[in-house]
Amino acid sequence: MIDRDELLHVARLARLALHEDELDATAGELSTILGHVAAIEELDLEGVEPTAHIGDVSDSLRADHVRPSLARDVALAPAPAIRDDGFLVPSPQGE
Amino acid sequence: MAGGDLEPVIGLEIHVQLRTATKMFCGCALGFGEPPNTRTCPVCLGLPGALPVANAEAIHYGLMIGMALDSELAPVSTFHRKNYFYPDLPKGYQISQFDLPLCSGGKLGEVNIHRVHLEEDAAKLNHAGASGRIEGADSSIVDFNRGGTPLAEIVTEPELRSAEQVGEWLRLLRTTLRTLGVSDVNMEEGSLRCDANISLRPVGTDQLGTKTELKNMNSFRFIERGIRAEVERQRAIIEAGETVTQETLHFDPKSESITSLRSKEEAHDYRYFPEPDLPPVVITEEMLARAAASLPELPAAREQRYIETLSLSPETARVFAWRAELADYFDAVCAADQSLDPHVAANWVTELQGRLGDEEAEDSKVTAAALAQLAAMVVSSQVNQGGAKQVLDQLVAAGGEPASIVADQGLEAVGGADELAPIVAAALEANPELTERLRSGDMKPIGVIVGEVMKQTRGRADGKEVTALVRKQLGLS
Ligand SMILES: [Zn+2]
Repeated sequence: MIDRDELLHVARLARLALHEDELDATAGELSTILGHVAAIEELDLEGVEPTAHIGDVSDSLRADHVRPSLARDVALAPAPAIRDDGFLVPSPQGE
Repeated sequence: MAGGDLEPVIGLEIHVQLRTATKMFCGCALGFGEPPNTRTCPVCLGLPGALPVANAEAIHYGLMIGMALDSELAPVSTFHRKNYFYPDLPKGYQISQFDLPLCSGGKLGEVNIHRVHLEEDAAKLNHAGASGRIEGADSSIVDFNRGGTPLAEIVTEPELRSAEQVGEWLRLLRTTLRTLGVSDVNMEEGSLRCDANISLRPVGTDQLGTKTELKNMNSFRFIERGIRAEVERQRAIIEAGETVTQETLHFDPKSESITSLRSKEEAHDYRYFPEPDLPPVVITEEMLARAAASLPELPAAREQRYIETLSLSPETARVFAWRAELADYFDAVCAADQSLDPHVAANWVTELQGRLGDEEAEDSKVTAAALAQLAAMVVSSQVNQGGAKQVLDQLVAAGGEPASIVADQGLEAVGGADELAPIVAAALEANPELTERLRSGDMKPIGVIVGEVMKQTRGRADGKEVTALVRKQLGLS
């Protein structure tokens, strides 16, 4: 069972603003998910290869060939604010 | 743990930008100095739904680095997401490697390598000052051109013991990477960046003190000075009976001051998890064979060759081999005149480098062929050591050809007994008391006679030959 402090810590790391009235419900949902993982951990997986990827993986690398980049105005179109041909953002704290 | 001798324990994390044509996970061309935000696409902008695909050449370079560092290469390697929020990271995570890095272990010089993994570089943040658009707050401008550039992160074991050792080892690493051709390794341009983890412990113990991390130092000089300053800071804290705080630090080379970056502790809670968009990288026999075939002669091997094949002294072999440009120049001098004794060539290369300081020999006015010619003229007694050094001074200043400089300036050695014998005889005659002492076996005054002959020949005589003539004329040998 995930407790309130742990939930707030995880929420802060994920930049999620949880309201007071969401805490109990969210803690319950997260605990259910963790419980499910814990149940899987109970399985005897002796001799089973760890799964790093769910696809049927044959190697897929990309040759080092240049492809056209986006035009700058297209790249900047979704920016909330633009200055000097760049994305204008609040400065990170503590820098 | 106050009192007693303390020793530094230093580990390094080096980020190397790989010299591929395109970014780590998309086909955008790498760029340096291009107009901002002209090298982006949905993948490196982190737009929803865009899928990364790993660059085969970056993997190839990673394998070459692993082989050069004698690492164990993973048969299967995976990418993870390293989660943190920062404006230079559009996805909210950096694609890096976690439990299955491309290379594990290894060694370079005397320092053991912990691991080498691949990841993507962050974008560039430029400070914009207070902005009217974002009310009341300081703001930054993001340029995503650099975002997604392939990086190899090389992590050493915490085995380095001094700032000087760090500087020397980093030069070896840089030479190795440059020789491999996998990176420009230019610290000023940021293609080689170094963080240092530093702690102190009582000499002779295995215990690990609290370590601090000195971030992003961008020149060898700053790294050495930064580490020295941090070691002294920690020493003062410990000797005052207080404890070092674990934190991330910034060294300001101008003021020599160290400041805390005050990163919150949770910033290190990266919550790594497997990158679901990238399948594991399976290293095939073909990939290993290609990487092995791409390996040039590396500094360590070159050092061995200089010692074993050319029988240079270990010191000279290391000085040359650890500085690839100098070794290349030395090789060129030897190639220009294959009859030249490598020792002689090495001495003249050292003599030249001493005059050049930080400038590379290959960038100087002295061509390898000219230096080889000068060395050969000394060997064949066409010019003596002193004259040759004068010629070298002129080559450094203005370039040119040794033979014609010697001829123009009348620096030819006074060669052969025919020319020298009368001058020696005259010098002996002019100093009868000294001659008597020499004749009776007291060789101390011979310097005066040699000096006299040098004066008469304006320094063009060969000292050894003069000595031999004195002995001969006095019937001493
Ligand atoms: Zn891109």
